[in-house]
Amino acid sequence: MTTPAEYYQRNRDRHPPAYTPAYKTSVARSPRYSLISLQQSVSEITGPVFGHNDLGALDHDLIRNYAKDDDPIGERIIVHGRVLDENARAVPNTLVEIWQANSGGRYRHKKDTYLAPIDPNFGGCGRTITDEQGYYFFRTVKPGAYPWRNMVNNWRPAHIHFSIFGASFSQRLITQLYFEGDPLIPLCPIVQTIPDADAIDALTARLDMNATIPLDTIAYRFDIVLRGRRSTLFENRLEGN
Amino acid sequence: MQRLAYLKETPSQTAGPYVHIGLAPGAAGFDMYDQELGWDIAGPNAKGERIRVEGRVIDGTGSPVKDVLLEAWQANSEGRYAHPEGGGAVEDGFRGWGRVITDFATGEWGFDTIKPGLIPARVPLGAVRPAAEEEEVDAFSRGHQGLRAMAPHINLWIVARGINVGLNTRMYFSDEQEANATDPVINLIEWENRRKTLIAERTERDGSVVYRFDIRIQGEDETVFFDI
Ligand SMILES: [Fe+3]
Repeated sequence: MTTPAEYYQRNRDRHPPAYTPAYKTSVARSPRYSLISLQQSVSEITGPVFGHNDLGALDHDLIRNYAKDDDPIGERIIVHGRVLDENARAVPNTLVEIWQANSGGRYRHKKDTYLAPIDPNFGGCGRTITDEQGYYFFRTVKPGAYPWRNMVNNWRPAHIHFSIFGASFSQRLITQLYFEGDPLIPLCPIVQTIPDADAIDALTARLDMNATIPLDTIAYRFDIVLRGRRSTLFENRLEGN
Repeated sequence: MQRLAYLKETPSQTAGPYVHIGLAPGAAGFDMYDQELGWDIAGPNAKGERIRVEGRVIDGTGSPVKDVLLEAWQANSEGRYAHPEGGGAVEDGFRGWGRVITDFATGEWGFDTIKPGLIPARVPLGAVRPAAEEEEVDAFSRGHQGLRAMAPHINLWIVARGINVGLNTRMYFSDEQEANATDPVINLIEWENRRKTLIAERTERDGSVVYRFDIRIQGEDETVFFDI
């Protein structure tokens, strides 16, 4: 019997701690005990597998996937990049899901009562599967900033929520994309739960003029890194490790 | 000095209050996709005992968290995961992965599935000790990598507004006392009084089997969460 190798230990210093009082909701929703560290078993090194049958043809195109009679209002953007692991290898065939506010900063959600209007042609969510090189892309409109109840004058920078699976349950990740140059980034208590400036920078998508479609759609590049997998140096090499 | 060429993992951010739009729009009442993901953990062909799992997620004030999203990852009734490294083929239509949200009014969540089987623990990296010798090493010192099976369990992951990094836990079954007693993960928990936070209570309702599993993020009887 062969032994698939485990994934690298998660570097918790790069992630926000659970308890971050400037982001007030975290106070009652953060465990007080330390996490118990597990050596990975088959339960952790496996995870759900998705295929193109799970998705619809327009799921990655937020300009079209909810449009009723017109395109959504807003700045047309492409968000694209690669999903890699810490060994800089592509993560192919993995599900990437996104959700976001419309260009006015309003979510299509009954709990969102912000003044900005609902856009009848914008749903605000999409999903896709990376190709063999780990590449993905979405087409959407740039989301607006919006206010939220934390302190009385907190505003979220424009952002897109990302959910990524990877090949194992231990690689599962939810995060947010921010846009280069947004002055709200350093003021946001949620962004600032991340203690490491370099890690915040890794969440900031870059304007990508080379991928921009002239006279049509501006592009942002956002690469995502999931946990890497150990090579089994002292055993027969497995699965291309 | 030379630099190591590894990349660094992208940091986590909270899923926020509107996670339902992105990941469970149909369940939340939004008409977005033709096909929602995560409702079919164990399709009609899946073998094994049909069960329902229900619970709440409770915060540090004792209140139910009403905007949480849970994902479940489990083996089939023979202890195999639907994955290339999951231990072998599984029935057609057994996916082993589910996704549910809580009721916005009550905070109750629930899903239908089959009860997973014993899951083979991994052979340790490096030399394999003879089984007899292995038995003498207690579970605490060797963690997961023992030769014994893990007790049936469902891996759970929860995200919500206010949770900065998704929380991993495991749900075990109250009617598996013997397997639970030797499970390497349960035994890894040094504080024996905390082990019960991972055990779902078996009940019956209208002739169906229902397991109750409340997750306490903080406070009295805080659930054991794992860094996997
Ligand atoms: Fe948001």
